[in-house]
Amino acid sequence: MNALVVAGVLIVLLGISYQTGWSKSRNLVTADGVKVHSRPQYHGSFTAIWAMIPALVILLLWAWLGGGITHNYTVSQIPQDILVSLDQAGLNGAIIRINALASGYGVAGEIAPWEQAAGDAVRSFNFLAFAGTLILAIVAGGAGLIYARSRITARLRARNTVERVVNVLLLACSAVAILTTVGIVASLVTEAYKFFTFINPLDFFFGTVWAPNNAGGDNHGSYGLLPLLSGTLMITAIAMIVAVPVGLLSAIYLSQYAPKSFRSVAKPLIEILAGIPTIVFGFFALVTVGPFLRDFGNAIGLQISATSALTAGIVMGIMIIPFVSSLSDDILNQVPRTLRDGAYGLGATQSETIRNVLLPAALPGIVGAFLLAVSRAIGETMIVVLAAGNAPILRGSPFEPVSTITVSIVNQLTGDTDFTGPQSLVGFALGLTLFVVTLCLNIFALYIVRRFREQYE
Amino acid sequence: MAIDIQTSPEKASSDRTALIRAGLRRRHLNEQIFRGLGIAAIVIALGFVALLFVDVFRKGIPAFVQSNLHLSVTFDEAVIGSDPVPVRGDFVSDAEYTAANLKWQRDLAMLNWNKIVEASLRKAAPEGFEIDSKQIQTIPETNARHQIREMFVANPSLLGQTVDVDVLASANAANWIKGNIDRSLGDGQQQLSPPARQLIDTFVDNGTISNGFAWTIFTNVDSRAAPASAGLLGAFVGTLWMMLIVVLLAVPIGVAAAIYLEEFAPKSRITDLIEVNINNLAAVPSIVFGLLGAAVFINWFHLPISAPIVGGLVLTLMTLPTIIIATRGALMGVSPSLRQAALGMGASKTQMVFHHVLPTTFPSILTATILGVAHALGETAPLLLIGMKAFVASVPATPFDQAAALPVQIYLWQGNENRNFFEPRTAAAIMVLLAVMILLNGVAIYLRSRLEKRA
Amino acid sequence: MDMLAGKVKKTSLNVDSTMNPIDVLERPIRLTARDVTVHYGAKQALHGISIDIPDRAVTAFIGPSGCGKSTFLRCINRMNDTIEGAKVGGTIKLDGEDIYAPALDVVELRARIGMVFQKPNPFPKSIYDNVAYGPRIHGLARNKADLDEIVVSSLRKAGLFEEVKDRLQEPGTGLSGGQQQRLCIARAIAVGPEVILMDEPCSALDPIATAVIEELIDELRENYTIVIVTHSMQQAARVSQRTAFFHLGNLIEQGPTEDIFTNPVNKQTQDYIMGRIG
Repeated sequence: MNALVVAGVLIVLLGISYQTGWSKSRNLVTADGVKVHSRPQYHGSFTAIWAMIPALVILLLWAWLGGGITHNYTVSQIPQDILVSLDQAGLNGAIIRINALASGYGVAGEIAPWEQAAGDAVRSFNFLAFAGTLILAIVAGGAGLIYARSRITARLRARNTVERVVNVLLLACSAVAILTTVGIVASLVTEAYKFFTFINPLDFFFGTVWAPNNAGGDNHGSYGLLPLLSGTLMITAIAMIVAVPVGLLSAIYLSQYAPKSFRSVAKPLIEILAGIPTIVFGFFALVTVGPFLRDFGNAIGLQISATSALTAGIVMGIMIIPFVSSLSDDILNQVPRTLRDGAYGLGATQSETIRNVLLPAALPGIVGAFLLAVSRAIGETMIVVLAAGNAPILRGSPFEPVSTITVSIVNQLTGDTDFTGPQSLVGFALGLTLFVVTLCLNIFALYIVRRFREQYE
Repeated sequence: MAIDIQTSPEKASSDRTALIRAGLRRRHLNEQIFRGLGIAAIVIALGFVALLFVDVFRKGIPAFVQSNLHLSVTFDEAVIGSDPVPVRGDFVSDAEYTAANLKWQRDLAMLNWNKIVEASLRKAAPEGFEIDSKQIQTIPETNARHQIREMFVANPSLLGQTVDVDVLASANAANWIKGNIDRSLGDGQQQLSPPARQLIDTFVDNGTISNGFAWTIFTNVDSRAAPASAGLLGAFVGTLWMMLIVVLLAVPIGVAAAIYLEEFAPKSRITDLIEVNINNLAAVPSIVFGLLGAAVFINWFHLPISAPIVGGLVLTLMTLPTIIIATRGALMGVSPSLRQAALGMGASKTQMVFHHVLPTTFPSILTATILGVAHALGETAPLLLIGMKAFVASVPATPFDQAAALPVQIYLWQGNENRNFFEPRTAAAIMVLLAVMILLNGVAIYLRSRLEKRA
Repeated sequence: MDMLAGKVKKTSLNVDSTMNPIDVLERPIRLTARDVTVHYGAKQALHGISIDIPDRAVTAFIGPSGCGKSTFLRCINRMNDTIEGAKVGGTIKLDGEDIYAPALDVVELRARIGMVFQKPNPFPKSIYDNVAYGPRIHGLARNKADLDEIVVSSLRKAGLFEEVKDRLQEPGTGLSGGQQQRLCIARAIAVGPEVILMDEPCSALDPIATAVIEELIDELRENYTIVIVTHSMQQAARVSQRTAFFHLGNLIEQGPTEDIFTNPVNKQTQDYIMGRIG
């Protein structure tokens, strides 16, 4: 409700100020007949900016400080004798009750008279504060409007001002990307640092046992990364064994052999795989691929667990096929045609051309694509959560359940969000590890691919 | 001996030809093998696409059928009692009336409505069929009693009357009817007792139970107590809120950022850094964005846990690089002649960008947006980390309410213990998710082709 | 072989009867093309080209860009096969054998008709491996010594050996443009072709490198039948013995180079020579 009122006021203010600036500008034209520097739209926008910024500043100030002020006021409404008798929890409870009364929802149990009084007081305070802020905002906006209107003359370089503001807004938007990275790094590093105050980093990075004590208490359990890392790498390796040959060969076939019509059908069909959410692959792995592998193992006398590194790896490989194939396709298409012609001109067959000339020429790019795929496999979560078996034990057989870094992040962090113990904080240490590993892979891969592109430009 | 090209060209030439011919068969065979490998790779890749879709559809389609029990329910006075319904006229104030009405409803809720359900089941059963009370209650879904009570609350005049009501069969009953559970299993492994199974079969034969399209999947929220009535509505609306936030935030910010970087930013170290940063951000694992959301939005900013607002913000940050990269690509593709023409007409740089360059990139931006949203739609891992794993059985009215999301619902359902019932239902939820994604992709392709034709 | 001498004149088609009957080259005919057409999809790129190419001489194709001279050149070793949607009609015979016959193996054909391209395109391999590539895939060398010999003699013939003999294992892409092109020529020679097709081999080179290549072409003429496409009339005049002028997918005029340049029969040829057609 309040938000709607504020939005309504802002929109009206925006409309009026724009209109004011616009019409003044129109009158300028008719009055003096002098050449006006900026067009009426810019004068309108100019006025609107002058009106909106003060109003927004006041509203934002209230949004920022208002909560604290209201809180202090609420506390001040609790009689002194009762206030001293309350501990922190009791005070919070009282404030919640008073706010509930103030908002008119009512509370459970008997209402003490002082609670009712405080509730009424807070209600009128809230109303006054809201109305006051709004009026202040309108006044400030109006003042800005009048000032801007008075400045509008034929000479005013309104367009330049407006464009500068637009420029700043655009810059702010691109800063969001930087802020995201800063946010990621800051949150991971601070929370991981807290984790390392509980657990020695050496025990974390080189520990071979993963057994967090999720019950809490003084015994935190052990947080060895190696079992998770080995599981992650095993699954990634299996995924690559599936994805690279299939992806690369299909890219070769599609880009070199397939007639246009076939290519235009098959390529999007394969890329469908890239658009399927990973949770769907996870389900597929869990209910279809896993049981199939188990039965297949039984048939050939091999003990394969339904949820295992193999199951997760194969399905993850399937997921990555289109990734490898479309990247390789791009790379192969970048190899200049003249190289292929050179080989054909010598009498090489098509496969000889591809194997001896095209692939060696494209190798750096393909390695880059391969590294990007590895980075994606390492960071993939849902398939392994569902199909890897969640057994954080250091072992070498791909037929048994394993666990990965991402699985453990999900396991450790979905219960609660009071990040106080190492049980949940370890999620950030794992996240930091994951972030650093994938970042290095990505930077290196993008560097290789860029070098490759430049080579043939 | 090397072929002597110097002395006798004719001889050398025919020697060479002989050598080349000798190798031709092997080389052509290799060619065939290589080409065959390529075809095999395509077949494997396409086979996986087909297998996945066929598998999900085969599993999911049965879940779109639900078993309904057609009962004739008697609102028995002996069970319900004859407390009068409060009437407004009897009370002095609204408050008193509301209090009395609430008390009346509370009293009704305390009644054993199961008795009424059981009576109607026994009426439908063959004369003298022996089954105890507990067993017969396993046939209808547990929410049948709420359904009947709500009918009565809405219409108290039903007291003593008999009306036809359709209720859902329980999940276990549905498993038995659809054959989701192996009928040859022994009693110990069956979820239902022998008399209950027998009665269900009788009901199917005499038409008391019939199958119909499971609208409940679309109209109900998730439910644990009554799994047969669990639906996707809550998750769907939760996802809708998040996508709304993604579109409202990611598109303007992403496009603005792309415009700045491509058109206005001076080529400097800092813009290089931003560029590298964006490229890397696009490849950061999604779960890391979940960690960001948990630490920053929930732990530092105290935004509500498990709410679409947080999910939307996290997915926005995740989608942003995609939109920025696509928009920059589109801006880069605008021909320099258009720019020069605009500048030559005396337009300022801002005017050139917003009036001339940006409109031509509209199709690409639109497509990138839809594809980015489609990708965000299926993202699961980051949502688990911001508390969306919680069971939520309501439709979120605002983005600040607790909510589920479609992919998370799939995650929750696949983990349900009643595998026989929830595996098809999970597959059905996946079908809904895939349908939405295919729809979005289709719209993207259609719009792009239309807009590009017009441009 | 002398029996075939003089056939050039008799089989010359599309040549005005007023043309100088005495061809400077009394050579046997190696390649004959009759009514060759090429379509790229719906677009016709060549309209019935008929020409004879004499043995151990340089034949130059000239004409404005887009006239079809390169397209026709690529028909001769069936490079157009690698372009999707290209359709070739008519007949081309190498030593009387139809190169478009279904039974003919294009791999073998291309080993007999080598090609050098507009832009030097050495493979991203060492200089040695670049030259050795052809002999390797065709199995022309029985052992390493054979291969070494082929590589060295090919590099010699291409006039490159002295310049690169100390760095045979370095990448071919590290050479200068002119050296790269000579490497490509060496690579083509190493297979021991009978015909070498050159598609504007000097267009990407500076004048000095161009002069070296032209000299090389002149030497190679002793042993190989050479067909060269060039957009430079001076180059055609310098290196070739016969010249064919293409325009808009048609073969307008062909004959001894000297005649074409000094005494063109066709108006269009004349305009081109005089610089009136771009």
